[in-house]
Amino acid sequence: MKPKLLFNIAQSLLMARWRQTLIAAVGVTFGITMFIALLSFMSGLNDLLDGLVVNRTPHIRLYNDIRPRQHQAVTKWPAYKNDYPIISSLKSGNVRQEIYNSGPIIQDLEQNKQVLGVAPTITAQVFFNDGTVAINGVINGIDVAAERKLFFFDDYIVAGKSSDLNTIPNSIILGKALAEKLVANVGDVVQITTSTGTIFQLKVVGYFQSGLNDFDKAQSYASIQTTQKILGKSSLYITDIRIKLHNINEAPALAKTFGRIYGVDAEDIQTANSQFETGSFVRSLISYAVGITLLIVAGFGIYNILNMMIYEKMDTIAIMKAMGFSGRDVKTIFLVIAIGIGLFGGGTGLLAGYGLSVVINHIPFHTAALPTVKTYPINYNPLFYIIGISFSLITTYLAGWLPARKASKIDPVVIIRGK
Amino acid sequence: METILEAVNIVKYFYDPVKVKVLDGVNFSITKGDFVSIVGKSGCGKSSLMYVLSTMDTDYEGEVKIDGVSMQRKKEKYLAKIRNEKIGFVFQFHYLLNEFTVLRNVMLPGLKLNRYSEKEVEARAYEKLQTLGIGELALKNAARLSGGEKQRVAIARALINDPDIIMGDEPTGNLDKKNSELVFDIFKQLSQQLNQTMLIVTHDPDFAAKTNRIIRMEDGKIVDEQR
Repeated sequence: MKPKLLFNIAQSLLMARWRQTLIAAVGVTFGITMFIALLSFMSGLNDLLDGLVVNRTPHIRLYNDIRPRQHQAVTKWPAYKNDYPIISSLKSGNVRQEIYNSGPIIQDLEQNKQVLGVAPTITAQVFFNDGTVAINGVINGIDVAAERKLFFFDDYIVAGKSSDLNTIPNSIILGKALAEKLVANVGDVVQITTSTGTIFQLKVVGYFQSGLNDFDKAQSYASIQTTQKILGKSSLYITDIRIKLHNINEAPALAKTFGRIYGVDAEDIQTANSQFETGSFVRSLISYAVGITLLIVAGFGIYNILNMMIYEKMDTIAIMKAMGFSGRDVKTIFLVIAIGIGLFGGGTGLLAGYGLSVVINHIPFHTAALPTVKTYPINYNPLFYIIGISFSLITTYLAGWLPARKASKIDPVVIIRGK
Repeated sequence: METILEAVNIVKYFYDPVKVKVLDGVNFSITKGDFVSIVGKSGCGKSSLMYVLSTMDTDYEGEVKIDGVSMQRKKEKYLAKIRNEKIGFVFQFHYLLNEFTVLRNVMLPGLKLNRYSEKEVEARAYEKLQTLGIGELALKNAARLSGGEKQRVAIARALINDPDIIMGDEPTGNLDKKNSELVFDIFKQLSQQLNQTMLIVTHDPDFAAKTNRIIRMEDGKIVDEQR
């Protein structure tokens, strides 16, 4: 038995009813197109929204928290060794915010294979002086190269260049809202007062916009060296070590390990932002549900058309059986028809889905939150296309299976006698 | 004489709407080269007998032997192969596949049998059509033929695999006088020139009268046989 013959017959039956076939295929095409476009778009948006959090948040942050000393004097007193002291009006002690041995810790972290990169930072509370007004603000001392590599710092710079922080001494990048308040243009000099009363002049080399206006009203960035100078600290002074890992899911476990080894507080991203994962999961779930619903509806379309075709082709099926085609041959023919529709409809659906994605990707989309994003985001993940075509083939196969089985079971005697 | 087809004590019931015995112990055999007609009134079971003999109907008691092999308890796929290889059908309605050309219709059983290459099957199909005088219709669409032409194409299709026996269920039942005669002449020619074995169910006495052997049925039994 040559499969070619069955394909040939399936093809002839298809072509004889090409309008119906086309409509069935268009149903599948529509389903796959929407599936691909929807998933690419939703996934693109998800990545974008996740990026808002994940891009700028370290997977693990090492720092010294302000809190009461764990070992109070009374617990060390031998006479009270077996007692449980109750201390009232306990105050947080004068904990040094500096991380001890920051240099060796950073070196050690950079050797660690699980760590993608390390960015040391310092935060300094300052006042920006604008005439008679003093505006409360924060200067973040950063390692510009690490910040660019790990936290996409350049994506948020709306004016100037981040590298100027390294090349121009005593320079600062202001939050856009803060710069507006200070009426400071790029190239201007702003004056700051530190908490210890020291006055500094800093040159504005750029603006950044994070998307959170409140954040932009108070934040600014300078190089680590400049910030150390402002605070009057040595070149070893580091208050935070921000770490990015290769695998974000290892963060909670590693945070505990790092905290214990280096004797510092360690916070992981999952603890700091527990809600964002839930959001992206639900969004993916919804888009998959809608996409699969579309395909199932298309499947019912195919089921209908094949069923109708079988009623129309009763005579053909009966005579083919009389001529010596077995039930299995007939079943194969109708399954080939169904899968043919699925393949054709699915294939065009993939192309149309890609086309629609490209169109969406060119629709302007401006948001204050993401200054670098100009159009709607699309995730061109090949996985969606693989899922799409597999699902279209599976749906059409299942939709074709019942009618094909029915056709294979047709009793030729009943049809031929019935006339 | 070589026996092609043998029926041994065939009993068949219809169950819908009530249990009716349509075939009541039919025994007969057909030898090679026989040109047999089965006649009888409507409802006497002649068509039912033919469908049992054709292997398409498997719901019966007794035994059908084709070329000496019992068809009892054989798988559907095996029976399909037997029909393809050893039996050619001509029905009252031509049952050509309208999706295909005349030539392709004739070729289909041959392609299914896969004994010859596609080229050879095509050549054989042409030859059969020529023999039946409709060679010029080969490339026409099957739907555009007249009733008589269609029936001749159906005969060509029945012949393509050189079957042991041709079975016809009222092959002239739907044709006018002229076409009926034409079709009968073809059968006659097949019988005389090619020594083709044929079993034709008919209620046309003129047709039956011209065959070599007439089997008359009544109430599911063979009541009379003439040679």
